[in-house]
Amino acid sequence: MRSLFVAIRMTLVLTVLTGIIYPLAIAGAARLLFPWQSAGSLVMRGGRVAGSELIGQNFSAARYFHGRPSAAGDKGYDATSSSGSNLGPTNKVLIDTVRRRLRAVLETDPGSSPSRVPIDLVTASGSGLDPEISPAAAEMQVARVASARGLRQDVVERLVRENTRGRWLGVIGEPGVNVLMLNLALDDLAARN
Amino acid sequence: MLWNAIFQVGIFFALVTLLSVPVGLYMSRVFSGQKTFLDPVLCPIERAIYRLCGIRPATEMAWSEYAIAMLLFSAAGMLLLYGMERLQGVLPFNPQGLAGIAPDLAFNTAASFTTNTNWQAYAGETTVSYLTQMAGLAFHNFVSAAAGIAVAVAVIRGFVRRSARTIGNFWFDLVRATLWVLLPLCIVFALVLVWQGVPQNFDPYVHARTLEGAEQIIPQGPIASQEIIKELGTNGGGFFNANSAHPYENPTPLTNLIEMIAIFVISAGLTHTFGAMAGDRRQGWALFAAMTLLFVAGAGVSIWAEQRGNPQFSAMGLNQHATASQSGGNMEGKEVRFGIVDTALFATVTTDASCGAVNGMHDSFTPLGGFVPLLNMQIGEIIFGGVGSGLYGMLVMAVLAVFVAGLMVGRTPEYLGKKIEAREMKLAMFYVLIFPAVILLGAMAAVCVKAGLAGISNPGPHGFSQIFYAYTSAAANNGSALAGLSANSVFYNYTLAFAMLFGRFMMKIPALALAGSLGAKKSIPPSAGTFPTNGAVFVALLVGVILIVAALTFFPADALGPIVEHLALYSGKLY
Amino acid sequence: MSDRKSSSLFDRQIVVGAIGDSLRKFDPRVQVRNPVMFVVEITALAVTVILVRNLIAGTREMAGFELQIALWLWFTVAFANFAEAMAEGRGKAQADNLRRTRTETQACVIRDGQEQRVPATSLRKGDVVMVRAGEVIPGDGEVIEGVAAVNEAAITGESAPVIRESGGDRSAVTGGTTVISDWIKVRISANPGETFLDRMIALVEGAERQKTPNEIALSILLSGLTIIFLLVCVSLFPFARYSGTLLSLPVLVALLVCLIPTTIGGLLSAIGIAGMDRLVRHNVLAMSGRAVEAAGDVDTLLLDKTGTITLGDRMASEFIPMPGVAIEELADAAQLASLADETPEGRSIVVLAKRQFNLRGRDLSQAQATFVPFSAQTRMSGVDLPGRIIRKGAGDQVAEFVRQNGGAIPPELDPAVERIARAGGTPLVVADQARVLGVIYLKDVIKDGIRERFARLHAMGLRTVMITGDNPLTAAAIARESGVNDFVAQATPETKLKIIREEQSQGKLVAMIGDGTNDAPALAQADVGIAMNAGTQAAREAGNMIDLDSNPTKIMEVVEIGKQLLITRGALTTFSIANDVAKYFAIIPAMFVVGYPELQALNIMHLATPQSAILSAVIFNALIIIALIPLALRGVQYRPLGAAAILSRNLLIYGVGGVIVPFIGIKIIDVLVTAAHLA
Repeated sequence: MRSLFVAIRMTLVLTVLTGIIYPLAIAGAARLLFPWQSAGSLVMRGGRVAGSELIGQNFSAARYFHGRPSAAGDKGYDATSSSGSNLGPTNKVLIDTVRRRLRAVLETDPGSSPSRVPIDLVTASGSGLDPEISPAAAEMQVARVASARGLRQDVVERLVRENTRGRWLGVIGEPGVNVLMLNLALDDLAARN
Repeated sequence: MLWNAIFQVGIFFALVTLLSVPVGLYMSRVFSGQKTFLDPVLCPIERAIYRLCGIRPATEMAWSEYAIAMLLFSAAGMLLLYGMERLQGVLPFNPQGLAGIAPDLAFNTAASFTTNTNWQAYAGETTVSYLTQMAGLAFHNFVSAAAGIAVAVAVIRGFVRRSARTIGNFWFDLVRATLWVLLPLCIVFALVLVWQGVPQNFDPYVHARTLEGAEQIIPQGPIASQEIIKELGTNGGGFFNANSAHPYENPTPLTNLIEMIAIFVISAGLTHTFGAMAGDRRQGWALFAAMTLLFVAGAGVSIWAEQRGNPQFSAMGLNQHATASQSGGNMEGKEVRFGIVDTALFATVTTDASCGAVNGMHDSFTPLGGFVPLLNMQIGEIIFGGVGSGLYGMLVMAVLAVFVAGLMVGRTPEYLGKKIEAREMKLAMFYVLIFPAVILLGAMAAVCVKAGLAGISNPGPHGFSQIFYAYTSAAANNGSALAGLSANSVFYNYTLAFAMLFGRFMMKIPALALAGSLGAKKSIPPSAGTFPTNGAVFVALLVGVILIVAALTFFPADALGPIVEHLALYSGKLY
Repeated sequence: MSDRKSSSLFDRQIVVGAIGDSLRKFDPRVQVRNPVMFVVEITALAVTVILVRNLIAGTREMAGFELQIALWLWFTVAFANFAEAMAEGRGKAQADNLRRTRTETQACVIRDGQEQRVPATSLRKGDVVMVRAGEVIPGDGEVIEGVAAVNEAAITGESAPVIRESGGDRSAVTGGTTVISDWIKVRISANPGETFLDRMIALVEGAERQKTPNEIALSILLSGLTIIFLLVCVSLFPFARYSGTLLSLPVLVALLVCLIPTTIGGLLSAIGIAGMDRLVRHNVLAMSGRAVEAAGDVDTLLLDKTGTITLGDRMASEFIPMPGVAIEELADAAQLASLADETPEGRSIVVLAKRQFNLRGRDLSQAQATFVPFSAQTRMSGVDLPGRIIRKGAGDQVAEFVRQNGGAIPPELDPAVERIARAGGTPLVVADQARVLGVIYLKDVIKDGIRERFARLHAMGLRTVMITGDNPLTAAAIARESGVNDFVAQATPETKLKIIREEQSQGKLVAMIGDGTNDAPALAQADVGIAMNAGTQAAREAGNMIDLDSNPTKIMEVVEIGKQLLITRGALTTFSIANDVAKYFAIIPAMFVVGYPELQALNIMHLATPQSAILSAVIFNALIIIALIPLALRGVQYRPLGAAAILSRNLLIYGVGGVIVPFIGIKIIDVLVTAAHLA
């Protein structure tokens, strides 16, 4: 019986310590040290939030680089319902979906062959909010974006390079291009001109 | 690309190895009550907690008292969480105004977090208030891990003590595991995560207008503080539905590396704690080596299978070979920043340990790539394993291995000088038996009733894998899922909750009883006739016994799940 | 009793008896003692019932297959029964040998001062019987009066009679032995049916076998595995149904029986009985199976120096003359002084002189020689010849004798005496009247091969401790020479008890061998106490084993038998579990051939048809029990290597071998089954 009271008191004490004090303390320190990151790495345009650098968005216009297929929400990139497709490797739906995406990619960016389409452009990401595409996937879209915006390809390529993140220390992870930041850079370029 | 994979795995594991030694030795000091550098800060807090709770930390407990204290504490925490979930609608820290959670889901979630499983039948961003996240869920992330460490330490004491009646004080171990081990590591690494982009705030969800003019609602919250304990405590319950695949939980390759290290470091360290407390560091290294072998094999197969990709994609003309500018492989359900290697590695790590955090969707893995996580769990979460549970699970396997093969040296088998006799075998077998019993009976029920079959989202053998994986994950207290399974139903919520509770407590209790039984024994000094449990032969034996026990138990079911799916995939069959 | 040691493994008579016994063992009340085989029997029954039901219902397309499965399941049980019956049969043969010593005898019991003739079986503990020359001693007991020569050939196989007398260390007699001369009064020490022999008979026959601690622990493991595999097979039915395959009970049962550890389950009790049997073949009787198991676990061996490490008697090994004395003269005088000395030391002096200097023993009856025997007062012995008085004895006494005869002690004497003592020997000074001739080096002779035996024991991880009443100097020298780990000098009977307690307090198991009454407490305290049959009744009752040969080195064999028993169990357990891998590869693809033809990729043995695959696995599973009976009965060969080396070796043979062998075996059986059109 005594143990039961000890257990209850211990539960309450540790709840306060680890459940209240700890996260509040981290939040306080985070706001002090890394105010932008702790608030969600939000990107502002025209006085309002245009998105988060870390959260991908839907892009379908020809003048924008397109992100990966997304299974988050009905239309994709719904940040309130992050999710992968969870389609199994032998599921007909998966294979049909990938086939359809491949066709779509080849229609959007003609002049390419299936073997040159990077796999990340036809597969849904794990979170449905993947902010990045592979450099190869960006490379594929340069011609389309350049022509849609009337820019020289090398200008677009430079922006792609500027928004490409390499492997950490050259080893860890995979390189990626942040689609939102790249598209923002394109819009900023357009606004400056 | 092969070299990149080897470098990535190598760097990760080298860091784990390097960190595990000081962490392990530090823990052996912490739990022996020796001086540590954090004492000046933590001792006053510790004393205050003991005073508040009315605890005499120096009073040692017999194994049964220890078990009762652990059970009462878990029960109290589970009830508190259940209440908080049901009432979150009227409690503070709920800027989204989320309603109370349904009874079956609340029960499942309470069981899930109490048992360190963190199976999530809900999507965090649309179901759980900030208060429930941090005071309910994150609290359990701490204390279920701390309770695991406590039990492991108590079990170690049982193995190394001689003619002892007691195995330590649960409250002492619990408080020390929280204050000295989990909190300091969490504070440091949480801030590193924030630096890399993991949010930590109490803001309402952000409404953004996207470049194409749509509205995007971006959830916020105290993510970093919860993210790190989710890994360090091998809990795995994500703030968001997509778990560590979500860019807010795991924004960069560096955070991914940190999170993987966090999953392994305490469990790996505990092997050294064991060695140090046993007075023979090599005993700890032997367990470490056995775990390493199993880890490397799993990581190798998983990375290879995922990089090889889906033959159906190749049939469409897609090229899945990796190049410098894209990762290739089976990218369905994976994030670009992690690619194939870091996702397959994470999947191996998270299921080696009973973490269950995922940075890619296991449901979309290739059959072989997804078989590795399943097998890791079937082995019993002892490849480093859950914090605490991995070590005592491995020790039970060591007892079993020593018993079967130890006879072959012509002596009554002994481990650390303790004879393994009928009582120990009874407890070890109970421990070994309860695990497949829960999994097989649970999965059996699910394939027999409509409510179970209704959850399947992928037809064919993969559907069976989804069910089988769910009960394996629950019993193993892992928490990862083949997430297509619609598990938020009354049937799954209750059956999986009981699978988790049995998988946790029905295994912890025999482990403690085993410790009590061994602790009461005399220790026989080793001689040339004693089978040395700190050398290569033992490591090989241990790995063999672990693989054979797991393989023999689960092979038929595996054959109907991932194995046949793999064969079907390569013979061009779809479902 | 050479026949006890040489019966072949498959004696015809034993085999025939065992076949009969194995049929009797189908009784479920017997089987239930062995959970693994009990499950097999139940499933065999279930398949048989289904077979009959199907035949009646007229569904015959699978009847041939089901019939064969059922038959082989019954065979599996039968083979396990046969293994146990074989072990018991061999034990019974041993027991009959033992029992032969117990022919119906009449006893002459003394009650109320009157002698009465009663059947030996009616004797009770405490009865006093009179046994005269030519009579058989009616039961185990202790001589309380009289001295007699007893022929113990019936139990030891040694035909030379031994002396049994009241008091002292030679007072115990065993029932069934025969008094050849004189008479003795014996107090009976055990009720009929409770003698050592009776208990041993019960043990080797397997009649009263209780499971030993290790057997119990192993049974728990095997039962646990059986439950796991039951769950596996039960859950497989709905899993298969989900996968589009409806499994039939015979097929599921086949899988179950192949998976549960039938090999070790079927052979476990045979291994235990055979272990006891091997002990009896070494002429050692054990009180319980537990004692044999404990022997394998022994950490420390306490050994008496005399009789175990050294021959009981000291032998002359060297003559050391004093200055001015020719060595031949010394040898000659020593030999003369010893010619009438019938002690082993005396004889050894004669022999040494003869060997070294070709001095032959002379007949001194004409030389007016008077022999002076050793007496406790003079502590010298010797011979008086005309003109010569030769004496040999301890240094002090002989020096005194020389001084009395007016001689002087050469200064070289003391160092010579000292050197011999330091080397572990006994110096014997020889003098002729006033002249000290020199010293005879009487050496404690280490038994042949004892060094090797110790090396063997040490390799097994045992620590050996020599107990001796000698002074530390001598003890150290002998310890060095024999290679024993440790020694305790100037030991008293209490010392042994103290050492045993000390070792046990460190958690070690101690074995010792003893014979005297004052050994009894130590024998009782030791984990393995082997009493010599020639010892006292007290000692025999205190120990948990009796060595009928009274051979002190027997303890080493006992330890090896204990170890061999445990190794055999472990090896067959490992083998049994490792076998399952191949069986899966045979059965799983066959089970799901309809629902998932892709699984044929797992049919790596390329077994012909699903039926033949399942049948072959079941047949292999049954036959392997028969194939391993010789191993179970003989035991795995034991080699005294370090534990790690033994383990690697056995893991390779029984672990890795256990994985590989069934792949080959099942394939061969499949080829035969297919060729015979059985499936």
